Amino acid sequence: MIELQHVSKAFGRTKAIDDLSLTVRQGEFIVLIGSSGCGKSTTLRMMNRLVEHDSGRILFEGQEIRGFKPQDIRRRMGYVIQSVGLFPHWTVERNIATVPELLQWPRPRIRDRVTELLQLLDLDPALFRGRYPHQLSGGQQQRVGVARALAGDPEVLLMDEPFGALDPLTRLALQKELARIHIVSGKTIVLVTHDIDEALHLATRVVLLDHGRLVQSGTPLQILAHPASEFVTDFVGRSEVGIKLLGLQTVASRVRRNESGEGAPVADSLTLREALSVFVTRQVERLAVVDGDGQAIGCLHLSDLVKSRE
Amino acid sequence: MTDTVRPLGLFGMLVRDPLLWALTALVLLTFGMDSLRPLFAAAFPALERPVFTQDTFPALMLAHIGLVTISSGIAIVVGVAAGIFVTRPSGAEFRSMVESVVAIGQTFPPVAVLAVAVPLIGFGETPALIALALYGLLPVVQQTIAGLEAVPHAAREVAKGLGMNAIQVLNRVDLPLALPVILAGVRTSVIINIGTATIASTVGAKTLGTPIIVGLSGFNTAYILQGAVLVGLLAIVTDLAFGRLERHVDRWRFVA
Amino acid sequence: MPTLIRNRVLATLVVMAAAAAFWMAFVALAPNRLMHGTGIGLTDLMQGWRGVIVVPMLLLCIGIFMRPTWRTNLMVALAGSLLVVALVWLAGDEATRLSAAEPKLSRVSLGGAFWVLLVVLGLAVVDALQRAGLGALWQVVVGAAIVALVVGLVASGELDQLSLLKEYANRQDVFHTALLRHLQIVGATVVPTLVIGVPLGWALFRTERFAPAAFAILNMIQTVPSIALFGLLIAPLALLAATVPWLGQLGVGGIGLAPAVIALTLYALLPIVRSTVAGLGQVPRSVIEAAAGMGLTPRQIFWKVQAPIALPLLLSGIRITTVQTIGLAVVAALIGAGGLGSIMFQGLLSSALDLVLLGVLPVVAMAVTVDAVFRFMTLMVDRSH
Repeated sequence: MIELQHVSKAFGRTKAIDDLSLTVRQGEFIVLIGSSGCGKSTTLRMMNRLVEHDSGRILFEGQEIRGFKPQDIRRRMGYVIQSVGLFPHWTVERNIATVPELLQWPRPRIRDRVTELLQLLDLDPALFRGRYPHQLSGGQQQRVGVARALAGDPEVLLMDEPFGALDPLTRLALQKELARIHIVSGKTIVLVTHDIDEALHLATRVVLLDHGRLVQSGTPLQILAHPASEFVTDFVGRSEVGIKLLGLQTVASRVRRNESGEGAPVADSLTLREALSVFVTRQVERLAVVDGDGQAIGCLHLSDLVKSRE
Repeated sequence: MTDTVRPLGLFGMLVRDPLLWALTALVLLTFGMDSLRPLFAAAFPALERPVFTQDTFPALMLAHIGLVTISSGIAIVVGVAAGIFVTRPSGAEFRSMVESVVAIGQTFPPVAVLAVAVPLIGFGETPALIALALYGLLPVVQQTIAGLEAVPHAAREVAKGLGMNAIQVLNRVDLPLALPVILAGVRTSVIINIGTATIASTVGAKTLGTPIIVGLSGFNTAYILQGAVLVGLLAIVTDLAFGRLERHVDRWRFVA
Repeated sequence: MPTLIRNRVLATLVVMAAAAAFWMAFVALAPNRLMHGTGIGLTDLMQGWRGVIVVPMLLLCIGIFMRPTWRTNLMVALAGSLLVVALVWLAGDEATRLSAAEPKLSRVSLGGAFWVLLVVLGLAVVDALQRAGLGALWQVVVGAAIVALVVGLVASGELDQLSLLKEYANRQDVFHTALLRHLQIVGATVVPTLVIGVPLGWALFRTERFAPAAFAILNMIQTVPSIALFGLLIAPLALLAATVPWLGQLGVGGIGLAPAVIALTLYALLPIVRSTVAGLGQVPRSVIEAAAGMGLTPRQIFWKVQAPIALPLLLSGIRITTVQTIGLAVVAALIGAGGLGSIMFQGLLSSALDLVLLGVLPVVAMAVTVDAVFRFMTLMVDRSH
């Protein structure tokens, strides 16, 4: 869907992006990650021409983006930023309707789309559509921001540290929302963050950048299990790699189905990391496991967390 | 119960509204000044002519309002355009120069611009119009720049990022959000213009200052009072009206 | 083409200067002071060795196309400053030359091109200094240097044959009286304003209840046109002078200084009161509480804590008030208060630009100087915090 070929960009004398090649395929959830100044935001903003690249080619759906008018590209991509940037003088409804109005959709279609998106983002349409941004909390504002980005049914969603300014609880809730939206809509998402946990949680593919160069591109499992360099290991958190690996898998993948456990059961959708926490808290070595309907399916052993029974 | 309370509530609101009082006083005095002749005659017995009759007060009022409206109209169009130009990337080079000119220009007394225009252009309405338009530009440009600067950067960035072109960003985001500040500049400009237009009667323009100037040279205090009260009320009404307009434009801010 | 022009501001200014130089008169020669003169263009004056003036002009033109290094901008600034002084000298020299050749009553006055060129060149110099990275202080220094050179030219008598200075020479006494009176009016306004305004602001800051009403009244006074306020005061003051005779002997009357100073004081109140309240509002409550906790009396808290923090805003208010008063005092001439406005209105009524300028230029010079001085003082006070 989006392809960067040997792209470079310099600001004055500093090279922000150095010979970067990257492909974003349809339906992927790509997370660009790295420390401050590594060029991840710049990369994102080159995709919708908010920043113009100096050399190399950037293709959108196979065509060079320089061949489009900037606003035409941007109307086909959603854009969400950390400070949200809701238009303070417009209601929530009008904010969300921004791109549909630019695309000149008929009024009834816009109204229905606003209702649909408010419901998707878990905001009561009747309650929220007439409110102004200053009446909303930070989390609500960002939900509206995401709804606004999705309103025009864009092919790609670009997000620049969207949850960075929110408190941890709200951040977690919105991350879950986003993951759900990705699965439900199948949209291609490119998200920038500096939070490795967020990346590992959300991404189908993680792209680690350093000083404008690509360090490693791979699934969360690949990043954790097969880091390309010391830098990657350091970035992920050398001492946390194992714990983070546990976070990538669910109880369902390690449960022994022919056994039964004791005590209060845990859901099979829990990550192994959360299960480890339960083991330690309860000071046991076996846990009963139930499925989504509450039916017992088996037992999880602490030792299976360490070494998978293969 | 509610039927009797509601009309009183509306009436009470109107009674307490200063703009309505001032406007009523203005209209009544403009059209009814002649009927106050006995009052002026009694207050100033030494005067032969207690009420200004060289021109009707409604005509003077209209001329004054006309002069201010046209010059302020020019000042607004040119001023806002200049303010917009100077805050766009293509005009950013000119910005500090424009800001310097506007700042220094406002240390000049507005009368000076009028006084310099006359020997160059002649007497009458034209130099007044030019002087008022030129001086009226300054606060408008200043406030347009300030207002556009104050637009939240996040809103502008997202507006561009979602696909608005430059004109759409200007019309849908920048100008609506900058409008209250721009209006404050227009308000300042118009009030100053009302004052300078009053003095413009010294250069032959027909305004509410004419009775004042004629009264000063002829030692006719009644004339002076008539002109002063009318132009004072005009200024107050205009100021209150602008205040009302500013609040209306900004009303989204006050939604609880 | 676009990348050829490196300095679009300078390009615009040079085009404006060229247009003025070609289409407007640099000086005008009139047979006497009442008639309009025939214009003489700048190009006509650059004969002979005076043609050297073309050098700074060319430097300015070249500056448009050169790479924007600080050296280039400094060169532009210097060329512009030199040109300003040279043009002033040229006008004076030409006036001297023409008066020697023409009959005694003839007048040589400064034309439109002269003023436009001066303003445009001044802007070019300011712009160039900014681009060279030199801040406001340097701009003031260069401006002062140019002004000093011009004043030097005036003092040396080089410009004496210009009609503006002849007008001044003819009316020296009147001018000095008017100037003195103008300063008196401003002084007599600013002092009572401070004496009334600052305590009033302090009081309004303490008891917030009356603040909205007080500000509404002060605002209303500000919107009323100056001459209307002067006019409204004439009748009551005349009445007062009639009923209390010793006031009349003191000089209080319907027209003259009394209504002018009273009205100007009323106008001056709003900026002072507003900046006092705003300045006091700048002091964080926690700081006052800490000071009180340390045992300072309210008086000590005011002088040692609140006043210093509030000072920059207060200075800003005094600046606005003084500049406003200098300008409004011009209108006071219409009600017989005297001042530079009387010269200006005299020139206005007889359509004599020189008289108008004789009244306006000192007022503008005073206003700009006071403004600059106060801004400087505010900057110094701000920095010390």
